[in-house]
Amino acid sequence: MTVAICAYGAGNVRSVELAFRRLGARTELAEEPRSVLDADLAVLPGVGAARSAMDGLRLRGLDHALRERAAAGGPILGVCLGLQLALDESEEDGGVAGLGLVAGRAVRLREGRVPRIGWAPVEPNGETYWFAHSYAAETDAAVATSEGIVAVVESGSFLGVQFHPEKSGAAGARFLERCLSRA
Amino acid sequence: MPLPRLIPCLDVAGGRVVKGVRFRELRDVGDPVELGAAYSDAGADELVFLDVSATLERRGSAVEVASRVAERVSIPFTVGGGIRSVADASAVLEAGADKISVNSAVLTRPALIAELARTLGTQAVVVAIDTEGGRVHSHSATRDAERDTVAWARECEERGAGELLVTAIDRDGTQSGYDLELLGALRDAVSLPVIASGGAGSAAHVAAALEVSQAALLASILHEQPARLRSLRDELRSLGVPLRDAA
Repeated sequence: MTVAICAYGAGNVRSVELAFRRLGARTELAEEPRSVLDADLAVLPGVGAARSAMDGLRLRGLDHALRERAAAGGPILGVCLGLQLALDESEEDGGVAGLGLVAGRAVRLREGRVPRIGWAPVEPNGETYWFAHSYAAETDAAVATSEGIVAVVESGSFLGVQFHPEKSGAAGARFLERCLSRA
Repeated sequence: MPLPRLIPCLDVAGGRVVKGVRFRELRDVGDPVELGAAYSDAGADELVFLDVSATLERRGSAVEVASRVAERVSIPFTVGGGIRSVADASAVLEAGADKISVNSAVLTRPALIAELARTLGTQAVVVAIDTEGGRVHSHSATRDAERDTVAWARECEERGAGELLVTAIDRDGTQSGYDLELLGALRDAVSLPVIASGGAGSAAHVAAALEVSQAALLASILHEQPARLRSLRDELRSLGVPLRDAA
């Protein structure tokens, strides 16, 4: 099982890599399109700003590679900002065009303390995961929520999570294990 | 709101966990990775590693500690101490930390907060505020930074901080309870999450802090003993504090 982790200048790449390795997967940092297309599972991680992340993907041709992979039905996991980048657009920073793998947009959180940081239960599966975000998805492709906020989206072969499974202890490891067994 | 968080704080100097009443009389009490992993197993929600030697002695061991911790620990952690630039901060996050904490560097040059937020994302930027008598202190609490604490908290938020880690210096290590008045004022002044620090001596103290703040930093109350975190969590649950089930 090979997991290609898109390495485009965003943070948390190493944490994602280490989490998959703990589960016995072979990981590869994907800085060029070929690696994204060839792997059993492609992961789009991400923390930080949408605009610089999209620029980083484009610079390396990873945006096209991810669209091609999605069109061919290859499994992709988007984590946190990686989920938001898969949408049509984000309202961050005056508006940033996304990859368009999933119909929807990322909008700023308007309630509670922002950034929303901490552990929160996800329904319907009932597990508690760690979140750290100021924006969230608005999409019909949502399959799970956390306190009314979109936590998981699924569209075709793309699965996106707003939480950080790589930082969610035992619950996160169980989640990543399921991703591996589906890939 | 996410669940209230308990965050053990490990003071690190020269790559080892040290203790004292923070900043003074440091002695070696263990390895940051071993202790961090043990706290994680005992139900810690996050960890904070503060290089207490870094600002005074200009030591740059934060990246190495972050890298070693990330290999073992799969819960979020923050690294602080001696981070003075975007490059310093990026190196710590690339090593596997989730957040960096800055203190003296942003008091000297507040524009650094926005630079960090732009590059790393606001969620990764914790501004640590050491305070006494409503005033901010800097350089491991050895200097008066000539700023009002609540005004500085607001300024940090405007400049792009993602969280505030607020230590009441006069309570730190005393186990006499958190400064609830200060934490209440900050709750009303900013809409960021606030991590309360300084003064935890009992479960009741922690529960009271978690009523007004989103997280509690735990240092001397744990005595570097993960078993104490386990029993503290049980006590907090019996007081009705909704903590996560870490299993």
